[in-house]
Amino acid sequence: MLERGSAVARADDEAARRRRSVALRLRLALLRCSSIVIFFALWAAFSFANARYLKFFNPVLMPSPLDVLHTGVELVESGELQRDILASLSRVLQGFGIAAFVGVALGMAVGRSRLLESLVDPMLELLRPIPPLAFLPMMVLWFGIGEASKISFIAYAAFFPIFTTTLEGIKYVDPLLLRAAASLGASRRDLFRYVVLPAATPAIITGLRLGFGLSFFVIVAAEFIAADSGLGYLINDARTFFLVSQMLLGAAVIGLIGFGFNRLLRLLEARLLRWRKTAWS
Amino acid sequence: MNQVPREVVAAARTKIRIEGVSMTFDNGVTALSQVNLELAENSFTCLLGPSGCGKSTLLGMIAGFVQPTAGRVLVDGEQVSGASADRGVVFQEYALFPWRTAIGNVEFGPLVRRLPRAQRRSIALDYLALVGLAGHESKYPSELSGGMKQRVAIARAFANSPSVLLMDEPFGALDAQTREILQEEMLRIWQRERKTVVFVTHSISESLFLADRIVVMATKPGTIKAVIDVDLSHPRERTEPGFIALERKVKHMVREEVDKLGVT
Repeated sequence: MLERGSAVARADDEAARRRRSVALRLRLALLRCSSIVIFFALWAAFSFANARYLKFFNPVLMPSPLDVLHTGVELVESGELQRDILASLSRVLQGFGIAAFVGVALGMAVGRSRLLESLVDPMLELLRPIPPLAFLPMMVLWFGIGEASKISFIAYAAFFPIFTTTLEGIKYVDPLLLRAAASLGASRRDLFRYVVLPAATPAIITGLRLGFGLSFFVIVAAEFIAADSGLGYLINDARTFFLVSQMLLGAAVIGLIGFGFNRLLRLLEARLLRWRKTAWS
Repeated sequence: MNQVPREVVAAARTKIRIEGVSMTFDNGVTALSQVNLELAENSFTCLLGPSGCGKSTLLGMIAGFVQPTAGRVLVDGEQVSGASADRGVVFQEYALFPWRTAIGNVEFGPLVRRLPRAQRRSIALDYLALVGLAGHESKYPSELSGGMKQRVAIARAFANSPSVLLMDEPFGALDAQTREILQEEMLRIWQRERKTVVFVTHSISESLFLADRIVVMATKPGTIKAVIDVDLSHPRERTEPGFIALERKVKHMVREEVDKLGVT
């Protein structure tokens, strides 16, 4: 009887705890929304005050959120925005695709062979500290101002984080798991396929996410220098004509796309790494 | 039925033979020195000794994870040169694949033996049920308690039908109650599916409860101090006078070795 009573009490506690945690999560979600609202409110207020009273800048240089939205609508209607988004996205996806393929494949090969590691690693360590942007003008000279220079530049920049994290993931597999698998009869191939690869998957996904972020980071710079389309071009072109709303719009669109893709990759990660997620929840 | 007559045990053929095995690590520490041992087929042997007596190293050699610096280990008359599916291993740290569910872990051996999917599943289900985990098949290791994880690991080892089962302090990380329950379960399963078991432990009571033979190991360097045949009948009761007398005797032996290590 006593035990039953305490079990009921425990269930009550559990329910109360769950209610509290739901309330807490709601409050936090509300706070997150207001954070964004506050940001736009501050921006609008400053733009309005600048135009009417403060006169810090020429009002043309400090558009309000609404002005930016208005420019967005105009650019969508003229078809220009869609064209630029597609141009940038296609470059990013191609460059990132190459980097992902080469980075993961090379990382795996190097992670499995100490010989290959001694051969490849110093070379990459030599190049890694140089900001990829330093090579951009050279790539334009080599590959011209067409698509090839931008795609190869993105591929180069995104390669490093993908390669490094894949290599680490492959190298630092728990030796105990390898022993367990070997004593269950796994061949070298089995070990790679059924132990090393799944053990390295979290690291590889992290690398891909970093690489993708970097792709977006550098595409804008590449399009500043040599392009006649793309979101970087949109921003740089607007600079020439003092179209500040268009510049802000370009930045905002890049932000939104980056956010969207990061979300997508997170979802993919949650799906692939279900086993790990359950440990945290 | 569960008690094999002693004559039969004595007449059983040698399964594992350890011949003049020594192990000196790169840093000059000698973990094992001139160890000779013969283990009969389908026997249950405990390697007992304090930490640092080389008992886990010896087990690792039988598994094929480490090679001795001198001497050799023979299983079925053949020298061990690497891990094999015929020698299953259960680790203290469970060593379950965290990305595989309980049943996925148990299926691993049949999977790398390329058995068809349906057969793999039915084997795995049987062994999970045998260790009392029916209904927990699709849980990930992170959702299981320590005792349940070790049950999965035991099922995984048995599902591969090895003829030798090597257990490296398998219950060392569990609480006392779970530990005793799993010892009983282990005996129950072993009596159903006989294998040559080598079980490393530093618990005297555990070795007396489980083993046919206890190999007491000495430290600095690791050698065999004594081999004790445990003639108590199963199921063993820890409070029986025979059990207690033997426990006292073994305790003195082990204590001498612990004292040799100095303040620990």
